[in-house]
Amino acid sequence: QQVSVEVLEHLEHLALVDFRDAEGVRRLQKAIQFADQLHEVNTEGVEPMDSVLEDRCLYLREDDVTEGNCTKELLENAREKVEEYFVAPPGNIPLPKLEERETFLQGS
Amino acid sequence: AALKDGLRSQVSAALKEGRVTPTELCQQCLARIKSTKFLNAYITVAEETALKQAEESEERYKRGQPLGILDGIPIAVKDNFNTAGIETTCASNMLKGYISPYNATVVQKLLDRGAVLLGKTNLDEFAMGSGSTDGVFGPVRNPWSYSKQYKEKSVSKSHSEDEESNWVNLGGSSGGSAAAVSSFTCFAALGSDTGGSTRNPAAHCGVVGLKPTYGLISRHGLIPLVNSMDVPGILTRCVDDAAVLLGSLAGHDPKDSTTIQDEFKPFGLPDLTGVSKLSIGIPKEYHAPGLSSEIVALWSKAADLFKNAGAKVVEVSLPHTRYSIVCYHVLCTAEVASNMARFDGLEYGHRSDMKDSTESMYAATRREGFNDVVRGRILSGNYFLLKQNYEKYFVKAQKVRRLIADDFVKVFRSGVDVLLTPTTLSDAAPYMEFIQEDNRTRSAQDDLLTQAANMAGLPAISVPTALSERGLPVGLQFIGRSFQEKQLLTVAKWFEKQVQFPVIQLEEVKRHDNGVFQHQKSASFS
Repeated sequence: QQVSVEVLEHLEHLALVDFRDAEGVRRLQKAIQFADQLHEVNTEGVEPMDSVLEDRCLYLREDDVTEGNCTKELLENAREKVEEYFVAPPGNIPLPKLEERETFLQGS
Repeated sequence: AALKDGLRSQVSAALKEGRVTPTELCQQCLARIKSTKFLNAYITVAEETALKQAEESEERYKRGQPLGILDGIPIAVKDNFNTAGIETTCASNMLKGYISPYNATVVQKLLDRGAVLLGKTNLDEFAMGSGSTDGVFGPVRNPWSYSKQYKEKSVSKSHSEDEESNWVNLGGSSGGSAAAVSSFTCFAALGSDTGGSTRNPAAHCGVVGLKPTYGLISRHGLIPLVNSMDVPGILTRCVDDAAVLLGSLAGHDPKDSTTIQDEFKPFGLPDLTGVSKLSIGIPKEYHAPGLSSEIVALWSKAADLFKNAGAKVVEVSLPHTRYSIVCYHVLCTAEVASNMARFDGLEYGHRSDMKDSTESMYAATRREGFNDVVRGRILSGNYFLLKQNYEKYFVKAQKVRRLIADDFVKVFRSGVDVLLTPTTLSDAAPYMEFIQEDNRTRSAQDDLLTQAANMAGLPAISVPTALSERGLPVGLQFIGRSFQEKQLLTVAKWFEKQVQFPVIQLEEVKRHDNGVFQHQKSASFS
């Protein structure tokens, strides 16, 4: 069962990483095939397990400010900033459609 | 000079008595790191800060006020733990040049106890892999490639070029940490363990690799792979040292709400005089396809060892074992897809020059920053999380996870104290052979015996057992009950004493230093 180009493109969009080449797509196909083995297991009446610590309560601390004021340190690692802001390119611009993008998937 | 080859406990005594100073020890270790550079175990060597820490330690010893048993002890940390002021790369282009603004809790705890941080060790990119081969700084070499024990056994084609490419792999992903401990550059190292990443290279390098119970040690500052399975791992040369490290690191951390709130009391390990009260379980499904006959024999011999010493040794069944790798594959990629989303170039790490839009900048940054393995897992993970696949794959895997965890519960409830299994399918492969298979295939093969413990959150330890026919280390694994590290380590210590695993005889390094290697040649195991 081949994964359709629509799904592949959708994945590239969701993940914001690209398949880059046929090998990338093959890798996904193999991964899905591998995962399909799960369906051999009978999980009738079994609850999904989120965490091995499900029988315990997560620790909640008091809502007191105990640290912070580290703007300078946090900004140090950003490449583009202005005063105390991280600078991003314009948002709300969708990624170009498949036809317009430079992606390997165009060939398929 | 011989001291750096000795056990940490001997070194601690020497430091206390003034027979060696922390700065001498630090300098020796730094020199050793330089002379073993070909192993590629370290990504960053923090020479200046290490020497400074050593000097401060020395002051404390002079005043007669050492902070404890770890004061002045050189350690190494896997490069996926945040270390303030020191580059943390996760062996990825995405974080090259990233200087952490904070220390991971476990790093802070070690520093607070006076440990000397020598540097950051090499790994597979973002800890994804079981070979320590897929990071941007290149593969880590198994120190045993250069050991007398291995060289004696290998049919050597004595061309020096062959020797250059004939080195042996050491598993992963915490290969750098394992190599660092194994080659005597440090006394202990931190690794991480999500599917076996600490135990696997430990077994291949002949060192102790401990995976603590999930929730015992803080993950704050450990760059996450799979939040529900990751744990910091401990690599040392002996089980006692692992207990000491554990004692310094375990306990609730308000900064990591997945750490349990129970009080943790550090413990020393008793010397078991007998094992007649012990029940050892041998899970039959761990006799997996691909398990080398050599390891089967060692496993069997180990079981007999316990039996002859009076322990109750029983075969048990963990029926869902063979699905744990598949389950892991789905859950891991799903959590990875989520965890890797934070790398977008905006606040830290690599940033692409692309400026057209936020999304295109993110996409370009991630294309430039991640290697194929990471990208592959992100894409697979996103696939399994798609609306149309969520129930079929992700939730299904979570259900299978419960079945795997329940298998262990049933076995431990039946009276078994500790499980004994192999850690790896065989001894380490030559690098050229190892890279014949791709990362995912390798991971699936190599994580088989270690992964289920992460699924169930159980503590597990790999103990060096014997040398293989090829002169390479083989380890066996003990899996214990949740939060019963004391029992687990006590059994491991007893076993370690019985097998008397040989000390690595590193020839290349020997030339550069005038240390005397301690040989332990009593009742050898194989």
